Amino acid sequence: MSLAIDQGALTARLAKAERRGKIRAFLLVAPLLAFVLLSFVIPIANLVTQAFYGDLVSSNMPKTTAELATWNGAMPVPETLCESFVTEFKAAKAKDAALPTRIATLVNREFSGSLSKLRPVANSDLSAPYCGALAKLNDEWTKPEIWNAIKIVSPSISPRFFIQSVDYRLNADGSIRPETEENKIHLALFGRTLYVAAAVTLFCALLGFPIGFLLAHLPARTSNLLMIIVLLPFWTSLLVRTTAWIALLQQNGVINDTLVALGLITDDQRPVMMYNMFATLVAMTHVLLPFMILPLYSVMTGIKPNFVRAARSLGATPFTAFWRVYFPLTIPGLGAGCLLVFILAIGYYITPALVGGQSGQLISNIIAFHMQKTLNWPLASAIGTLLLAGVLLLYWLYNRLVGIEKMKFA
Amino acid sequence: MKMTKGLSVLLGAAAAIGLTAAAHAGQITVISWGGAYTNSQVKAYQEPWMKKTGNTIVSADYNGGLAEIKAQVQSGNVTWDVVDVETSEGISGCNDGLFEKIDASKLPKGDNGAGPLEDFVPGAITDCAIANIAYANVIGYDSTKFPGDKPTKVADFFDLKKFPGKRGLKKEAKVNLEFALMADGVASADVYKVLATKEGVDRAFKKLETIKSSVVWWEAGAQPPQLLASGEVTMTTAYNGRLFTPAVTENKPFVIIWDGQQQVFDNWAIVKGTKNKDLALDFVGFSTSTKPLADQATYIPYGPARKSSAPLVGKFQDGKTEMAPHMPTNPANMTNAIVQDVKFWADHYDELNERFVAWIGK
Repeated sequence: MSLAIDQGALTARLAKAERRGKIRAFLLVAPLLAFVLLSFVIPIANLVTQAFYGDLVSSNMPKTTAELATWNGAMPVPETLCESFVTEFKAAKAKDAALPTRIATLVNREFSGSLSKLRPVANSDLSAPYCGALAKLNDEWTKPEIWNAIKIVSPSISPRFFIQSVDYRLNADGSIRPETEENKIHLALFGRTLYVAAAVTLFCALLGFPIGFLLAHLPARTSNLLMIIVLLPFWTSLLVRTTAWIALLQQNGVINDTLVALGLITDDQRPVMMYNMFATLVAMTHVLLPFMILPLYSVMTGIKPNFVRAARSLGATPFTAFWRVYFPLTIPGLGAGCLLVFILAIGYYITPALVGGQSGQLISNIIAFHMQKTLNWPLASAIGTLLLAGVLLLYWLYNRLVGIEKMKFA
Repeated sequence: MKMTKGLSVLLGAAAAIGLTAAAHAGQITVISWGGAYTNSQVKAYQEPWMKKTGNTIVSADYNGGLAEIKAQVQSGNVTWDVVDVETSEGISGCNDGLFEKIDASKLPKGDNGAGPLEDFVPGAITDCAIANIAYANVIGYDSTKFPGDKPTKVADFFDLKKFPGKRGLKKEAKVNLEFALMADGVASADVYKVLATKEGVDRAFKKLETIKSSVVWWEAGAQPPQLLASGEVTMTTAYNGRLFTPAVTENKPFVIIWDGQQQVFDNWAIVKGTKNKDLALDFVGFSTSTKPLADQATYIPYGPARKSSAPLVGKFQDGKTEMAPHMPTNPANMTNAIVQDVKFWADHYDELNERFVAWIGK
């Protein structure tokens, strides 16, 4: 009886001590947690939300939104719709002078040219009948296109940006049409991005494997020197490295000049090595190579030379010993390197944009384009979300095939 | 110990001076495009203004675009006060509520007494943006690459047979579509009329397609002279001032084709929600007054946005090059010149740029 009580008290004390330990541990990681939350999780969540949620129209023009939802697309539009649209659009201007044009910018993205039709509505004195007044203002108001465009942008939750990021467009009646041929781009760029990332990963693996092997098996002094050579570009600015490749590869660059000086080619035979896919692959492979070498090196230093020796002494040829014994042991490092390089390559855009010419357009360039130029942040968010989903899918696949717990980064 | 005390007294005094100074004089952050251009603004606008008012200016560079401004305004953490923007961005930023409205009638009068609304050249004043200079998008070439006939008109840019070599173009729909139509035979006065139709846009892209495989795309204004100097391209579009400087100061064989030049204004805009709005307004007013605008032309051949500044434009800083012949606004350079239609681009910027980006990507 008394023993049981003691045991109970002991457990409670132990639990208390453990809890204190846990709180202390939590307090230690709390700054990091706060940092990750503030700088990573919240911004990403915010951007992902923007991809499908925007209440600019629905919150400022609730009656118009509701009436457009029931409007069946028949022309002429009902007078009640014209009235709530005009009054709410003018009220929006009274609330914040910039609101009408912010709304008009959204509509303009669905039907180009609407901006200059919508803005006068907020600035002119219109009276009933409102449909007639609008028609007098501009002929476009008697046509369905502009009303359809307003209808598309009015709901607060809309899948239209995701639909646009796979080269389709949303219609006002909820159906989907393919993007016009001249504006189709996203799927092709997703494809090209995957291709470039895969090719760069392959080249990095082919080049990085022997270097990792050398680093791991040379005497310490030589390998330290070699390691510095590997790391040196790592400490150089990305822009400097990329610009250095421009100086090397361009028409009158170091390589072409040397070839001509050596008499290997004539002056008008200079090969084009810049502003094409070749330059993209060369520069990206160079920039990302350390991310392949380091995990490979760390795995290879851990492989005991006895394994290969044992294989040889049991009669394996050098190739069999390498392929059946050594290579499988490097898989965790190779896998980690490939995953790192591939994921970094998928998000790359400065290097390809500078050296790749028109083939250097990757999906990240489009994201940057919509972030910086057209200010269409929801569309940029939607494309970015798809890219993020793709990367997570790859990560999951990798986990199923190789196993994340086996991965060794450095 | 003594030393520490002395040091802390000194620091305290410095802080006190700093505080009193801050109470009297303010500081604004002015953002512009960098390089020779920002330099000309520092010399002609910023230094005289700081001397006159006792305020200080933090000068920084950006690469255009409204994204950073939008981020500042939306987060309520505005650190940029005055930004140098192109007119189309001045308008769309104004529409998006990113810039403060500026009452142009309250700007200083011209030195000749003309009211501000009359003194500024047409198109220089918009709701939120006040133009300081007009620059031109021009075609430039390396004259050593064409020993025989020299290119003289926009169409020559698209003639790869007669004038072989790679071409430099800005990676943007604006300017390129206009040049393509002019080269295809559209009169410069009709360019925007044609471009407003679907057929016109198709026609422009079709013309661009004829040289697509020979194009090297550039993004920053400093790139075209580099591309010309390294021999990467033989002909390129560029901002006229960027070709002038290396041609005059380094004797580079760069020649400008003025035919079909496209004029654009650079403007001052004040970021919405800045705590230094009054100072910012004062700086905008001062820098766009007659003399600073004329002085700027001493450093870079961009045309002042005020009529009253034009007669005051003198020589380049080397003391011998007359600036007038290098100005986009010089009548001799105005053959087939167009002024960029900012209303057109406000309506169609997104649509045409999306198509342009898709076209490049293919």
